[in-house]
Amino acid sequence: MSSKQHTSLAEKTKSTETFASNLSRRRRSGRVWLLIFQASTLIGIVALTALLINIIDGSFGYAAIQYSIDPETLAVDGVPLEELSKEELERIFQDNVSKGLYRRYDSEVPFAERSREDVLALVQERVVAPEIVQTWGLIDSITKKDEILMDVQEEYPDAAVEFVSWLTTDFVRNPQSSEPEKAGVRTAILGSLFVIAVTILFAFPLGVGAAIYLEEYATDNAFNRIIRTNINNLAGVPSIIYGILGLAIFVRALEALTSGTAFGIIDDPTTANGRTIISAGLTLALLILPLVIINSQEAIRAVPNSLRQASFGLGATKWQTIWSHVLPNALPGILTGTILAVSRAFGETAPLVVVGAATFITVDPSGVFSKFTTLPIQIYQWTARPQDEFRNIAAAAIIVLLIMLLTLNATAVLLRNRYSRRY
Amino acid sequence: MTNRSEAITPQHVVANKLSEKKLNLRKRQRWGENVIQTLLFVSAAISILTTIGTIYVLGKESINFFASRMWEETNKPIVFTIEAGESTFRVGDTGGEIEEGAIIRINQESMLVKSINGNVLLVERGYDGTEATAHEAGTGIYQGVKVSLLEFFTNTKWIPQIGEFGILPLISATLTVSFIAMLVALPIGICIAIYLSEYASQRARSILKPILEVLAGIPTVVYAYFALTLMTPFLQSIFGDVVQIYNTASAGIVIGILVVPLVSSMSEDALHAVPDGLRQAAYGLGATKLETATKVVLPAAISGIAAAFIVAISRAIGETMIVALAAGAGPNFTFNPFESAETMTGHIVRISGGDISYDSIDYNSIFAIGLVLFFITLILNIISQRVVRRFREEYE
Amino acid sequence: MTELGTPKRILSTNGKYAIEARSLNVYYDDFLAVKNVYLPIEPQKITAIIGPSGCGKSTMLRAFNRMNELVPTAHADGEVLFHGINIYGSEIDPVEVRRHIGMVFQKPNPFPKSIYENIAWGAKINGFKGGKSEMDDLVEESLRGAALWDEVHDKLDQSGLSLSGGQQQRLCIARTIAIKPDIILMDEPASALDPIATLKIEELMRVLAKDYTIIVVTHNMQQAARVSDYTGFFTMDEDRAGYLMEFGDAEQIFTNPQEQVTEDYITGRFG
Repeated sequence: MSSKQHTSLAEKTKSTETFASNLSRRRRSGRVWLLIFQASTLIGIVALTALLINIIDGSFGYAAIQYSIDPETLAVDGVPLEELSKEELERIFQDNVSKGLYRRYDSEVPFAERSREDVLALVQERVVAPEIVQTWGLIDSITKKDEILMDVQEEYPDAAVEFVSWLTTDFVRNPQSSEPEKAGVRTAILGSLFVIAVTILFAFPLGVGAAIYLEEYATDNAFNRIIRTNINNLAGVPSIIYGILGLAIFVRALEALTSGTAFGIIDDPTTANGRTIISAGLTLALLILPLVIINSQEAIRAVPNSLRQASFGLGATKWQTIWSHVLPNALPGILTGTILAVSRAFGETAPLVVVGAATFITVDPSGVFSKFTTLPIQIYQWTARPQDEFRNIAAAAIIVLLIMLLTLNATAVLLRNRYSRRY
Repeated sequence: MTNRSEAITPQHVVANKLSEKKLNLRKRQRWGENVIQTLLFVSAAISILTTIGTIYVLGKESINFFASRMWEETNKPIVFTIEAGESTFRVGDTGGEIEEGAIIRINQESMLVKSINGNVLLVERGYDGTEATAHEAGTGIYQGVKVSLLEFFTNTKWIPQIGEFGILPLISATLTVSFIAMLVALPIGICIAIYLSEYASQRARSILKPILEVLAGIPTVVYAYFALTLMTPFLQSIFGDVVQIYNTASAGIVIGILVVPLVSSMSEDALHAVPDGLRQAAYGLGATKLETATKVVLPAAISGIAAAFIVAISRAIGETMIVALAAGAGPNFTFNPFESAETMTGHIVRISGGDISYDSIDYNSIFAIGLVLFFITLILNIISQRVVRRFREEYE
Repeated sequence: MTELGTPKRILSTNGKYAIEARSLNVYYDDFLAVKNVYLPIEPQKITAIIGPSGCGKSTMLRAFNRMNELVPTAHADGEVLFHGINIYGSEIDPVEVRRHIGMVFQKPNPFPKSIYENIAWGAKINGFKGGKSEMDDLVEESLRGAALWDEVHDKLDQSGLSLSGGQQQRLCIARTIAIKPDIILMDEPASALDPIATLKIEELMRVLAKDYTIIVVTHNMQQAARVSDYTGFFTMDEDRAGYLMEFGDAEQIFTNPQEQVTEDYITGRFG
C-alpha cells in the first residue's frame, strides 16, 4: 500500500515540476510574441513616417541652377537686379534679346503699360533664363552639403547652388507647364474641385435616397435582397472598372450630353468629345455610390425605433416621419460617411485616367463641359517622368493634395460635431 | 382670452382649428408620398443598373474583341495579276501559312479561302460586303486572325502588334504583386489587430488607430510615388543591381503597406466581437495572454479574419496606380519579383491613358481584360461573404 | 368554440361605443397572437386591459389604431368599429385612423426637439391652421392638460430630453392631446417611472378621462384597480393565442370575478 502511495506522490511531484517549467517557457514565448506584435505596429508607424519624410525630402532641397546670364552681372551701380527701376530693366531686356523677340512682347502688351514687376519677371525669364540642371532631396541637402557643392563645381562650373522650396504660392497659382520650374498645380486643383462638385451633386442625393429606400420602405422580398447584395458587391469592385464603365457610357454612349453639344455648348471645337468634367464627376459618383449607401444605411438603422413609433402614433405618414425625425437624427452619421467617400473620390486616379483626363491643359476649366485634369492625375504624370525636377514638383503637389484632404476630413469632423450637438 | 384655468375644452365643443375636422377616414391618394417612394426606389435601383451596365459594357466589347479580326501580313504575295472575277490564283512560296476557311484580304477586298492546293487558292470573292476588284501581281495578302479564347488564356505573350494576345503575362504579374502584398499585409495586419484588440492600453489605441486611419486615407498615387522614389532604391541598396528600376517587388511591398490598415481594422473588429466570456474562461484555466489571444480568441474570430484576408486580396488585385508607376510598362511573363512586368490593371491604364482610337483591337482588349478582372474580384467578394456566413454559423 | 370573451351584456352596435372590437383576430404572419376578441369601450371612461405577459395585451391595444401594421408581417381580420366605421376596411387609411386615436408608449419617447416643437409638430402635420399665437395657445393648453405647464412654461425651447422620466411621459401625453384625438391608448405608461411619477400619471388619467376615452394596458393590478372604470382580463391557451377571458366593471372584476382563472390572476396565484 505504501508503494502505491509513493508512486502516486511521485507522479504528482513529477507533474508539478513539468507544469512549473512549462510556465516559464510559455511566459517567455508570450513576451517574444508581444514584441512581435508591437514591432508590427511599429512597422505601420515607420511606414507612415517614411512616406511623409520621403515626400518632404522631395519638396525641398538644393538645386544647381545654371544661368544664361548671371543676374549678378546685370546689377547697375551696385544695385541688384531685383531693385532696378522699370526703365533700367527695360533697357537690359532690349540689350539682351533679339529685336524680334522684343517687338513681339511689345506688341502683346506695350512695355509702357507693363508694370515693373512684369518687366522684372520678363528679364528673369528671358535674360537670366535659369535652368535647373540637377536637384537633391532635403536629407541629402542637409547631410551632404559639401559633397554636393564639390560635385557641382566639377560638372556644372557655371551653376549656382541655391536652396529651393518647390512648394511655393506660385506653385499653387501657376498653371501646367512643360518646364518643371514654372509648372504649377492650379489647373489640376480647379479640375479636382469641379469634378468633386459634380460627384457630390449626384452621389449624395442618390446615395442617401437609396439608403432611405432600403432601410425604411423596402420589404424583405427577393428583389430587394438582390439590391442589397448587389450594393455590397459593387463596393468591392476595383476602381478601374468604374473607369472603364464611365468611358463606355458617359464618354462614348452619352457623348452628346456629356460633351455639351446637346446643349449647344462646345468647349473646344476641335475636340468636341465626352472627356469632360461631367463625365469624370459622374464616373466617380458611381464609384462612391455604394459607399455612401452603405454608410447612410448604418446611420439610419441606428435611429431608435421608438422615435418612429412616436411619430406614427401622432398620425404621421412615412415620409413625414422620415423627413422630420429619422433623417435629422441620422444626419451626422450620413455626413461623416459621405465625406469619407468624397475623400476617397478626391484621391482617385485610375478611373479618371481611363475616362480620359487631358494630358496637357493650361487653361482653367470654364464649366462642366471642359476638358479636365485633376491633382492626383497631375501627380501621376509628373512622377512618371524621368527627370529629377519632375519628382520634386510631384512631391510638392502631393503635399498640396494631402493638405486639401486633411482640410476635407477636418470639415467632416467639424460638421459632424456641430450636427450631433443639437439635442 | 379664454380662462386659462379651464385646462381642457371638452371634446364636443369646437374650440380650436384642429377639432374642426370631419371624420373622414377614407384612404387618400397621397401623391407626394407615392412620388417620393418612387424616386427613392429609383435611387436604389441605380445600383442594379450599374452592375448590369458594367457587365453589358464589358461583355459587349469583349465579344467585339474576340470577334474582331486582325490582318496579319502573310508575306505571301500573289504571283500574277488577277481580275475581279477570278476565283483561283497562285500565291508565292514564301511567308506564312494560309489556312483553309480563313478570310484573307488583298488591298480592300476580303476573300474566303475555300480550298488550298499547293500554291493555288480557291476563294470566294467579294466576301464580307467588300467589292471584288482587280489586284496587281506582287500585292501582299493579309490573313485575318481572331483571338481565340484558348489563346487568350494560355498564350504567354501579349504583343498586339504581331497579334499575340495572351493574358498570362498580365495575370502572372498580378499574382506576383498580390502575393508579395499579402506576404507583407497579412502577418503585419493580424499582429497589429491582435495587439490593438488584446494588449494595447486605451491610450495606445487612441494614438495608433488614428495613425492607421491616416494610412488608409492616403491616396494610392502617393503610395506610387513612394514606391518609385524610396522603395525601389531601398531594395536596390539591399539586393544590388539585380533589382530593375521597375519591378514588381517594390510595387508589391507598397501595396502590402497600403492594405495593412484594411486587414488590421477588419481583423480587429472580428476579434473585438468575440465575447469576453471566452477570454475569461481561458484565463480562468490559467492560460497566458498570448495563449488566450492565439488559441481562443483568434480561432473564434476566424470568419471575420478570413473575410478580411479575402477583401485585402481583392483590393490588391484591383490596385492600379502603384503598379502603373512602379511595376513596369510592358507585359512580361515572369514570376521574378525584381523584373519589371505589367499587371492587368497597369495595362488597362497605360493603354487607355494614351491615344487610342475607339474600335481598335487595343481598345477592345481593355474590356476583355477588365471583364476577367471584374469576375476575379466578384468571385472573391462572394467567397468572402459566404465564408463569413458559414463560419459564423458553425461557431455559434 | 365557447364564447369565453363575450361579456354578460349584449350591447347594440349603433355607434354608442367609443370604439368596439368584434371578432378580432390579429396575426403575425401565420402566428395568431390575439383571437376572437369582442371588446366594447365606453366613451370617456378608462378601460384597463390586464393579464400575464405574452398574452397579446399590447397587440390588442395596438389593434385599436392599427399600429400593429408597422410590423410588416402583421395583419388582422374581424372588425373594429369607430363611430360606426370599421377601421380595418379596405378603403380606410391607417394614417387617418391614428389622427383620431392617439398613443402613449411604455418608455417615454419625446422627440429630440424643444418642448414647444414636440407639441407643435404633431399639430402642424395634422393640418393646424393658425399663426404663431394660436400655436402658442395650443401648446399651453396641451401642457396644462398634461399637468406639465407649471413645470416647463419658462423653458419651452429646451430639449424635450432634458426633462425627467415622469415629465417626459407627460410631455408625450401633451403631444398626443394636442391633436385632439377621441381616444388615447396607453401601453403601460407608468411602468418605466418611479412611484411618485406613476402616481402623477394616474391622477392625470383620471382628469383626462373627463374629455377623452382612455384604454390602458397595465401589468400593475393595483393600478388597474385604482384607475379603471372597466377592466378586461386577457389570458392564453397552449396555442399561445391571447383572448379576452373576462370583461366587466372594474369593481366587479376585482372583488367578484366570474372566472376562476381571473380570480387566480388577481389574487396573485400566477402571472
